[in-house]
Amino acid sequence: MSFNALPQSSMPLLMGNSLNAWSDALTGFAPMGLPLGLLVIAAIPLVFIALYALTYGVYGERKISAFMQDRLGPMEVGKWGILQTLADILKLLQKEDIVPTSADKFLFVIGPGVLFVGSFLAFAVLPFGPAFIGANLNVGLFYAIGIVALEVVGILAAGWGSNNKWALYGAVRSVAQIVSYEIPAAIALLCGAMMAGTLDMQEINVLQSGTWGFAHFFLFQSPIAWLPFLIYFIASLAETNRAPFDIPEAESELVAGYFTEYSGMKFAVIFLAEYGSMFMVSAIISIVFLGGWNSPLPNIGPLALNDMTTGPVWGAFWIIMKGFFFIFVQMWLRWTLPRLRVDQLMYLCWKVLTPFAFLSFVLTAIWMIYVP
Amino acid sequence: MTNPTYTAIFYLFAAITVLSAAFVVFSRNIIYSAFSLLFTFFGIAALYVFLSADFIAVTQVVVYVGGILVLLLFGVMFTNKVMTTDLKADVLNVVPGALLLLGTLAGLLYTFYTTNGWMPSETMLEGSVVERIGFETMSRFVLPFEMASILLLAALIGAAFLARYDAKGGRGNSEQ
Repeated sequence: MSFNALPQSSMPLLMGNSLNAWSDALTGFAPMGLPLGLLVIAAIPLVFIALYALTYGVYGERKISAFMQDRLGPMEVGKWGILQTLADILKLLQKEDIVPTSADKFLFVIGPGVLFVGSFLAFAVLPFGPAFIGANLNVGLFYAIGIVALEVVGILAAGWGSNNKWALYGAVRSVAQIVSYEIPAAIALLCGAMMAGTLDMQEINVLQSGTWGFAHFFLFQSPIAWLPFLIYFIASLAETNRAPFDIPEAESELVAGYFTEYSGMKFAVIFLAEYGSMFMVSAIISIVFLGGWNSPLPNIGPLALNDMTTGPVWGAFWIIMKGFFFIFVQMWLRWTLPRLRVDQLMYLCWKVLTPFAFLSFVLTAIWMIYVP
Repeated sequence: MTNPTYTAIFYLFAAITVLSAAFVVFSRNIIYSAFSLLFTFFGIAALYVFLSADFIAVTQVVVYVGGILVLLLFGVMFTNKVMTTDLKADVLNVVPGALLLLGTLAGLLYTFYTTNGWMPSETMLEGSVVERIGFETMSRFVLPFEMASILLLAALIGAAFLARYDAKGGRGNSEQ
């Protein structure tokens, strides 16, 4: 499988045009024997999460919710309230770092850290375009859905360490939900992995590239792929504790769930982790079912739209845009659907999503074997 | 693996594994022991990565951190009086313990030095190991695989039986 069709014109930085050219070049960058390039590779997703959480995450969510409820949203700080998030960050930075007297100090402090590390580690295998990926593992997809386990432990540490009944309830609910919904989510992704025949994230992307644009995406390659796509999307909402599955932080019952006692920067870190995992699941669903960094535009006769919009920079643009689209859908659903009860949540997971995930698994297997 | 950076990272993870495992054993707070186990499992996963066994490493994280550790934490958190009970972390039975330790160590070292073929092979592992694991599981090791699945199914049915409500509406057999 050769992949050297990246047009030279779309690359402002001439660093070669093979797969992973940029991250490979960064890996080799080690002045005085210090692997600075590796640090840069790790820093790029971190800076990305921070920037996107500030702009699109917080400000975008407030604006979108406002427009859906026929309000204006933040309007005071700067034109259209654009600087509102910066003001919020300044406020969070100045706040006193409160650790409740009755809290378990150690667990209370490491909780947000473990939570953020768990959400950030998955970014190691997300390909940001054809030329950049943190670590090109051949078990990338498996790693990305497995490393979420660390987040679960962080939530438990935060909930238990707060020594507060709301926090503990929130943590236990959240963990029960994440652990349950991992099963349909993993089986749904397995359907995508079966269509690709590999767990390598870049390979999955490469298999979906072609001159017909969106027609090569796995979602449009098989009539069954819609089922795992929907199942994974629903399960990913539950895994990131987003509405309608936000019973762990149900404001009307639990104040704020497992982060009730947190304030200042620790609260900001928990929020960064939440926005990080929102982008992570959106990127995974885009990679497995919607072609990741491939351009959705087809070549129409002489008008080579696909060739024009393919390349490292365009790839980064497409995957970020696809991720942002799914984040928009998540926000849209949050302000549209009411919250599920605990029993409804478990009913949906075990009696609806899991059997349908198994069904789609079997159907995809049959499709892959009998339909060329 | 002669790069000094890799060596430093290896020793870092080895230290994390050993120290957190020691903390699991010696801590008097069972919650701290359970959370410390996270770092032990994580360090072991990292050591698997150093052995080029990335599939095993991820499986380690999924099974032990995602499954067993969470189950353990839930068990500890749902146990009454878990914070007030005095844990025994004293050293008891020094002589038999030391004998057992020396015996295990001697056995391991004997196996290590008498078994041939520990040296890394000339060719590095190429490509994905997942397919080969799949083939081996479904061909040569299909009987153990199926037996494990029957065992897990029996455990699942047993758990569902224990956790279900009685017909009368009361809590069933799980009442203690």
